Amino acid sequence: MAKRPELLPGTLDMLILRTLARAPLHGYGIALSIKRLSDDVLTVEEGSLYPALQRLLLHGWVKAEWKKTATNRRARYYSLTAAGRKQLGVELSQFEQMMAAIGRVLQDA
Amino acid sequence: MDAIVRFFRKVWLLLARNRFHRELDEEMAFHREQQEQMLQSEGMTPGEAHYAAKRRFGNAARLKEESLDTVGFRFETVLQDFRYALRQLRKNPGFACTAVVILGLGIGASTAIFSAVNPILFEPLPYPHAGRIATIWYAAEDGSRIPQTFHTYRELAARNRSFDAVAVTKLWQPTLTGADQPERFDGQKVTAGYFRVLGVSPALGRDFQASDDVLHGPRVVILSNGLWRRLGADNTIIGRQVKLDDDSYTVIGVMPLAFDNVLAPSAEVWSPLQYDTGNITSLQTKEWGHHLRLVARLRAGVTMAQARSDLDSIARTPVPEFPRPSWASLDHGLIATSLQEDVTHGVKPALLAVLGAVILVLLIACVNVTNLLLARGAQRHGEFAMRAALGAARPRLIQQLLTESLLLAILGGVFGMVVAQFGVRALVALSPTELPRLNAIGVDGTVFGFALGITALIGLVVGLIPALHASRGDLHVGVQQSSGRTAGGDQLTRRTLVVAEVAIALVLLVSAGLLLRSLQRLFAIDPGFDASHLLTMQVQESGHRFDDDSARARFFTQALEAVRQVPGVMTAAFTSQLPLSGDFESFGVQFESDPNNNPESGFRYAVSPSYFEAMRIPLRRGRVFDEHDMAGAPVAILISDSLAKRKFPGQDPIGQRVRIGPDIGRADRPWGSIVGVVGDVKQASLALSDSDAFYTATTQWSWVDSVQSLVVRTRGDAATLAPAIRKAIWSVDKDQPIVRVATMDNLVAKSEAERHFVLILFEAFGLVALILAATGIYGVLSGSVTERMREIGVRAALGATPANILALVIRQGMTLTALGVVIGASGAVVASQALVTLLFGVSRLDPITYLGVIALLAGVSAIACGVPAWCAARVDPSITLRAE
Repeated sequence: MAKRPELLPGTLDMLILRTLARAPLHGYGIALSIKRLSDDVLTVEEGSLYPALQRLLLHGWVKAEWKKTATNRRARYYSLTAAGRKQLGVELSQFEQMMAAIGRVLQDA
Repeated sequence: MDAIVRFFRKVWLLLARNRFHRELDEEMAFHREQQEQMLQSEGMTPGEAHYAAKRRFGNAARLKEESLDTVGFRFETVLQDFRYALRQLRKNPGFACTAVVILGLGIGASTAIFSAVNPILFEPLPYPHAGRIATIWYAAEDGSRIPQTFHTYRELAARNRSFDAVAVTKLWQPTLTGADQPERFDGQKVTAGYFRVLGVSPALGRDFQASDDVLHGPRVVILSNGLWRRLGADNTIIGRQVKLDDDSYTVIGVMPLAFDNVLAPSAEVWSPLQYDTGNITSLQTKEWGHHLRLVARLRAGVTMAQARSDLDSIARTPVPEFPRPSWASLDHGLIATSLQEDVTHGVKPALLAVLGAVILVLLIACVNVTNLLLARGAQRHGEFAMRAALGAARPRLIQQLLTESLLLAILGGVFGMVVAQFGVRALVALSPTELPRLNAIGVDGTVFGFALGITALIGLVVGLIPALHASRGDLHVGVQQSSGRTAGGDQLTRRTLVVAEVAIALVLLVSAGLLLRSLQRLFAIDPGFDASHLLTMQVQESGHRFDDDSARARFFTQALEAVRQVPGVMTAAFTSQLPLSGDFESFGVQFESDPNNNPESGFRYAVSPSYFEAMRIPLRRGRVFDEHDMAGAPVAILISDSLAKRKFPGQDPIGQRVRIGPDIGRADRPWGSIVGVVGDVKQASLALSDSDAFYTATTQWSWVDSVQSLVVRTRGDAATLAPAIRKAIWSVDKDQPIVRVATMDNLVAKSEAERHFVLILFEAFGLVALILAATGIYGVLSGSVTERMREIGVRAALGATPANILALVIRQGMTLTALGVVIGASGAVVASQALVTLLFGVSRLDPITYLGVIALLAGVSAIACGVPAWCAARVDPSITLRAE
């Protein structure tokens, strides 16, 4: 199996928060959404997804509730809280600063 | 804020842990199903999709664990490990018990020893800024320490620039009279600053002040807390009178309960010294006698080195206000040391040796348990391989194994604390009475902390090697043959550990052997008298009715008469000092024949005539005393053999003239003459050959000693006569205290109490080490025989006789022993240096001891090898080969 590109470290939380900012989703939905939106470049490992979700729950940035899916299955849907929205803003601006900085370094080269 | 919220969420999740697991399971199952459907819609068969989804999802158990790690507490995994470890131990109680007992003995023994050594060697003395308290001795020509004179103290107190307070003290043994039985107390006469030097004030009443400590000053006394309690613990005791030695003393203070008086631990009463500060030019006074102990408290900021140079300059530059006689000239300076060093330097070598020994015992216990764990690790190889295959990471496995060994150590520690409690009690009971700070020995916070610390350390040390071994790579090999062979590395480690055990055991056994031989040598020494059937006790006169010498003499004469009437008494006598009892009194002897007129020094015994008969000290020449040697008659002197040989080589000393003690140099006193020579007697200790001595009749010495020792030769058991003899003496005068009642056999044994104490400990430690080493050898060999069963079977099939196989296994075991012996012998050569001060008459390289111990170890390890070897020799080749 070809090696899939790794997520940039520290960006998983931000990606999850950004994904949930659009609409509440279950775990599989989050993974699928990130994969699709990145044109299959970014793959979220299940091994990191669920621990990350627990971490976000713990911080109070997302909340979870059990709902029925379109196919009438029970699934745990995660949605963003107010604190999560604020956190997303913080992480986005940090990330943009970082990207801008990296960009400047690369341009210079 | 965030942290607090998170914490409470964690607690909530902890309480709802089951629900957490259920939801996570459901969520993951949902995830897999979704993935499966997706894969199917991409064209996979349902079977393929199911498998692919599962594979992509990875190890569900591990995933769940990681989620749990995020939300769980650290202690949860620890708790989980502990539960598992407990289950493991319960599954194998034999192993668990053995390991716990071995560790418990090791931890218990070292905790007990530490509790004894800590207050003596490591803890500061129980005084504020105890490091500033110094003792100052007068230095003799040979550098030895001599007590101070009162006038030297006054000069130092007046001229020093280094000390806040200076004080001198001497022992005092007053008798409390008026009660049913006279009671003699230990106490101290002190100058007013004594308690200020120690930094302790009375809990009740007041401290001594300068106006108390003047010649013919008020009779005042400060009591110890213990004595105050025995007198009724009455707060109104201050100002009341107590009767000591027929004099009334006013109680002015009571010391606090916690006061630990290291200079005289048994002291219960203190009274001012009240020496004469005038009259410095009259030299024949007690103020110029070397008999006081000087203590001083350093000023804040002054170091001991600065104080020493201050004292040196005082010693070098005499001033006219403080004239010095020749014997207190300070020509050789002063010796200043910290009080701590002063009270402990005598016992330090013994205690350090014991501490070293117990550390070796602990080490050997750890090595032994490490070996047990390695052996068990080898058996559990399959289990570890399985756990690794199921997703346990190596750090997790190591954590699990360390938890197991830590659990063992904790159980061992608990058992060890029980052992330590008994050990401490046994130690205090066994310890020589001269051990300082005996009452501070016990299991306190520091000791508990020490035990906890070594327990944790042992848990890690003992577990680390086996954990690394067991979790080492190649685990899949283990799955394939869970019953199979262990890796060779395990055996190598275990053999190395056995070699270490043998080496440590040898060091301990050699030390014990050297001490044993020293003590044998000592007790083989003839003390110069017959110690069997000899009862001794100290009788003291007290009170003003004995101010007169003739009254004193009358009391002792009457007491002796009364004692002789007791049935079972053969002979009885009084002496001014008793051999091997701790008495130590010497006086000068001046020989007329000596051209230099240089007095010799010798032990002084003022004895009743029957003393030599009672002690069975042999008469070498001349005669012993008789009833004609009375006050007023020509002074008759007996001298010891060694003194006679030294002063009169090849001559007859009988009839030679001498002056003794206070008569030396006084032409107005008549010469005494030597009437006999008696055998040498050990006075201070069996180990010391210092036996120059002279004897006078009690009636002919310059004064009548108020404290004398009674020696009674009995027909039967000496100890049983003690009550009758005491009653006989009290029938003469009921107010005279009788103390130190002991048979001479006991005194002889007690005089070597310190060596004996150390020997008992080393013997115990050596025995434990020997047993542990033997079990270590046995364990490794039987393990190796089990593993080599196939090889042994093949050998047997190929024609090896049982004798060949027996030799093979025994050779393997004895090679380990031999290696251990070589290393241990070199270790013992080094370690025995620490014992040198405790040895007597035996070189620390004594070949007999080394050979004996090696033979013992070889014998025991041969037995330990023999059992597995015998098993190996009985291996039936057809059975083992079929099993393959």
